[in-house]
Formats: sequence, C-alpha cells, structure tokens
Amino acid sequence: MTPETTLTAAPKTAAPATEGDPLVRVRNLKMYFPIYRGVLRRQVGEVKAVDDLSFDIFRGETLGLVGESGCGKSSAGRAILRLYDVTDGQILLDGTDIAPLSGRELRRLRPEMQMIFQDPQASLNPRMTVASIIAEPLDEHRRLDRRARMERVFELMDAVGLDRDFANRFPHEFSGGQRQRIGIARALALNPKFIVCDEPIAALDVSIQAQVVNLLEDLQERMGLTYLFISHDLSMVRHLATRVAVMYLGRIMEIGSRDQLYDDPRHPYTQALLSAVPEPDPAAESDRHRIILEGDVPSPANPPEGCNFCTRCPQVKDICKRETPAFRQMSDGRFIACHLV
Amino acid sequence: MPEGAAPILDVSDLKTVFTTRSGEIHAVNAVSFDLAPGELLGVVGESGSGKSVTMMSLIGLLPSPPAEIRGGRAMFDGRDMLAMTQDELREIRGSRIGFVFQDPMTSLNPVFTVGFQLMEPLRVHMNMNKAQARARAVELLELVGIPDAAARLNNYPHQFSGGMRQRVMIAIALACDPQILIADEPTTALDVTIQAQILELVRELRQKLGMAIIWITHDLGVIAGIADRVMVMYGGQVVEQAPVKELFRNPLHPYTRALLETLPGFVGDRAQRLRTIEGQPPSLRAQPTSCPFRARCRHAFERCARENPPMRRDAGGHHVACFWEPDS
Repeated sequence: MTPETTLTAAPKTAAPATEGDPLVRVRNLKMYFPIYRGVLRRQVGEVKAVDDLSFDIFRGETLGLVGESGCGKSSAGRAILRLYDVTDGQILLDGTDIAPLSGRELRRLRPEMQMIFQDPQASLNPRMTVASIIAEPLDEHRRLDRRARMERVFELMDAVGLDRDFANRFPHEFSGGQRQRIGIARALALNPKFIVCDEPIAALDVSIQAQVVNLLEDLQERMGLTYLFISHDLSMVRHLATRVAVMYLGRIMEIGSRDQLYDDPRHPYTQALLSAVPEPDPAAESDRHRIILEGDVPSPANPPEGCNFCTRCPQVKDICKRETPAFRQMSDGRFIACHLV
Repeated sequence: MPEGAAPILDVSDLKTVFTTRSGEIHAVNAVSFDLAPGELLGVVGESGSGKSVTMMSLIGLLPSPPAEIRGGRAMFDGRDMLAMTQDELREIRGSRIGFVFQDPMTSLNPVFTVGFQLMEPLRVHMNMNKAQARARAVELLELVGIPDAAARLNNYPHQFSGGMRQRVMIAIALACDPQILIADEPTTALDVTIQAQILELVRELRQKLGMAIIWITHDLGVIAGIADRVMVMYGGQVVEQAPVKELFRNPLHPYTRALLETLPGFVGDRAQRLRTIEGQPPSLRAQPTSCPFRARCRHAFERCARENPPMRRDAGGHHVACFWEPDS
C-alpha cells in the first residue's frame, strides 16, 4: 500500500498512472464562487464548490460521480464543460486545455461535449416544438438545408425511441421519461464524444428510470460515447459506471473501479455512504452493519481545517484535523485522500 | 403483526375523484386497508399511484373542490372519519394522528420560531400553559436527537439543516402522543447518510412510543428496512398487500415483480441490462373497468381487459388483485 504518485504535492506535473486512453484529463480543477455582502457588494469570502480535483475519464467509459447534495458534483460537471469560468486548473479534452479558452475558440469545441440535465421540464423550452429543440444545436453549429436538418432530427428521434409523429408537439405533451429522451436527442445532435449526465434519472419514477438507463447504455455502445454520470443513486451508478469517484465537500475522497469501490471501500466516507444505502431485501437489511454518521455536512464556504470529512469521520485522528490528506494512488490503482489508509 | 388484533384504523372502499377542467381524475379507487396498533405499514407506488391522496383523503386535508370523496368508510376509534365535520377532524389532526411531509422546508412556517410551532399543538390540543408547553417542547426536541434543545427553540426553520428540519417535523408530529403517524415520503428530500439517521430515529421512537405508522415512499429499499407490512399501489388501487418478508420473497402481482426486477442490485453480479416496465401508467380518466396494469403487464390475458380483478386473500395475510396465477 505504498503511495506511488501524489497529485496534490506536485501539481501540474505528475500524472497518475493510467490504463487506457484518457479523453478528458482534469488536473487541480478549482471552482470557487465569490460571496458578496453589504451595500458595496464587497467580496467577503468564497464557496469552494470544487476544490482541487484531479482525475481522468477514459475513452468509451462511464465515470460515475457520486456524493450528497451540495458536495460539488454538479458544479464539477458544469465546470468541466466550461459552463463556468473556472478558478484554476486544467481541463484537457482530447489533449486541448479548454480551461483558459473563451469565446469563439470555446464555441468551436462545444460540439464535442454536451450535457443532459436533471430536470427535463426545466431544460426544455416550453414554447419550442420537439423538432426545433432537437435541431437547435444543428442550427447553431452546422449549415444544413431544410431537408437534411429534418432528416437528422428524425434520425435522432429514432435513436432515442421517440415516435417521428411527435416532431411537432410541445414538451408539455410528453411524460417525464419521454422528455428526458428529447433532452438526450438534443445532446446527441452534434455527434459529441463526451457527455456529462447530471442526475438524468433523479426526477423519474423507478419503472421509467430503467428505460432511460438502458437507452444511455445502448447509445454509448452504438456511438462510442464517454459519459460523466453524476448521481446520488449509488445502486444505479453501480449498474452503469466503469469507474466511480466519490466526492465530499468539494473534494474527491476516493476514485477507483466499480468493483474496488463497491466490494472493498477504503475511505471512511465511502464506507459510510455505501452502508447507508437501503437495500430492497428485508432479510439482508435486518442483519446489515450500518455506519450512521453523526451531524451534517459543513458549509463549503467554511470547510474545516485539515481533511474535509474530519468533522463526521468515525475514525478521525489528530492529524486529520491539522493536515489536508494528499490525493494519492494505492497499489491497486485507486486514488484516495485519507491519512488512515 | 398478529392477525386478528383489532385494527386502530380500518379503511374500506375509499374513492376520491378530482374534478378538473379537462374532466374527472379518479385518483383513488376502492382502496381498503387496515392498520394494527403499533404496526408500521409501508405504502409504495409511483407518482400518481394515489398513495398520498389516499392518506390526505382520510384526514380531510384535500381541498374540495376539486377533490371529492365519493364513497367509503374510515373507522378510527369506532368513528367514521369520512363522516366527520371539519371541526371534529381538526380535533384529531395533530393530536391523535400526526403527519410528516416530504419537504421540511415548505411544511414549516418560515416566520415563526421552531419553538412556537412545536408549542402550538400542545397549547391547542393539550391545553398546556406556556411554561408546560415549553418544557414539553424541549423534551420533544431531545427525543428526536437535536442537541442543545432549549436554545434551539428560539431558532427559525432556516437555521436548521434539512435533516434537522425533518427531525423538527417529526417532533411536531409526535407532540401530542398520536396513536397514528402518517409519514409521506419523509426521507425523499434527504441525502442517504441523513436518511439513515432518520430511519434509525424512527426505529428507536417506535420502540419507545409504540404508535402505528403509515410510511409512504417510492423507495423499496427504505420499505424493506423499516416496514412490518407493505401495501403496493398502482393506478389508484391497492394491487398487493403482504407482510414485508413475504412480499419481497414471494411477490405475486406482476407489477410488484417487475418493480423489484427494475432495481439494479447493490450486491452480487451486475445485470447486463436492466429489466424495464414498458409503457406509461394509466390516465385514470374514468372509473376502472379493467385491470389498471394490463397494458404494461407481461402476463395479461383477455379476462384482464374485461374485469377489474378483485382482491384475493390467503391465510398468511398476503392479498393480491390479479387473475394471473404465478405457478400456472
């Protein structure tokens, strides 16, 4: 269990040992939001929504990003797609650092990376028809004549399992699951390589969730997509992800392959998180060992000294309250930020 | 639960209809169930299955119009709650039946302190004076595990975190020692680690206080860990009802079976593909004349389109509304 690489100690130079070919490399990504107070709106502090993230997403894989609400997982996803101007760090998409880009240069790369949002009700314009929603990215980035444009819209509707006859309907005429399909079709319009799925199934009923997840898997296989799948549903992430990253209060606590993480969680937070997931099996539920965490998540505007998890960690030691643990690689390939392992 | 113990709540043939501009919605259709003293009844179903509307109908919390209770009986302590006046119901709500709602932020009043909101039911229903109510309020906050309870009484809801707010809601619901607690998706808005805290709290409170609980949720995992008996609702009807272990070991209704299969496992091998339930839930525009699950059912046959299956009961308390026999 010797640490082989340390990411925080030697920023921007050390790269973690990788298998496969990374499509997205994130290095020391920071996303701080300023807090303004008073009549003069002076900056009095900042919310460290994303604090020093480093990881890779390999071509064709699904990286699950899990954590509780407010841990910064959505901010991380949005920062990686450059929906925000990041505070610091590098985001390499296919070798190009997109963190410092802006304006036209960024716009040129937008077709490569797309997003699927949580709430299909809020992310679809109620005044636009399905066809115009799906075609909007085409209108922005491609020059297509009317026939080719419609052709492409129908192709996309077929791909996500929407009836072509619905092309002229409005979003409110659809159920939640179908609306999510519209959002997926729009994300696919420009043939992206990389898609951030931000809680795409959280607003859907159980029986509909499975339909959307299967669709996402089919599309990945057919189109060679790479997903960053942000979710708080740990069972669904286990089903969908190749590797999983666990976030807490703006930092990644542990990242490893799905089996490593679910079968043998090493970080105390991962252990507590997994043990808190209720299982649909009364026999297993009654004799399961549960780690109940005390207290609540601290505010990201005022994170604790030392390890971010030290206020709730059941195994906390003195050093945890003084020093931020380094994010280092274990002998089995996973990365972990904890003094105790 | 011991079969045969006199139920504390006995609901039969409840029908609730909403009248909207585009027609009637039959949200609850002939729902019957009972609740034994001290029992935890889990109610599962998807959104729109009628689980919340059923409970809201019982305690008269639905605005009328648009809601109208078209029939049924709900016997609580020898009296039919559906025949009571609003004043009589108000006596019962908050004192003998408590509730906890899904979103603790919207169900607490932001302009009053938590102490005020806790003491209100005590003073109205239990005729306590201010000092007595305050002492009891402190006791209640301690009971639900809020540290520094006496000082926290003067705080406003926004000064509490989500999990703490839900604890306050539970404290308010428990204020007058209710015989029944109705919890409508009480942990859905919470994170898993906070949900685990609340579930642990409810287990403890049940042991200490012994009230009956109706726990509405769409999360089968939560139900498995906490319920004694489970009622599955679909399309405004109860489709299956059984003791918790029996239901998960031997689900009889095709909907319950499909629902359990769509969940990805948390242990064991990863399924190549998730099983899905194709199609959409029914629209409930009219009184059902056929099985509501028929269109999505793998085992539907011609009889399912002709009749709405009645509830079949077996000796072990496993009830199912379906014509299909799993063994055939």
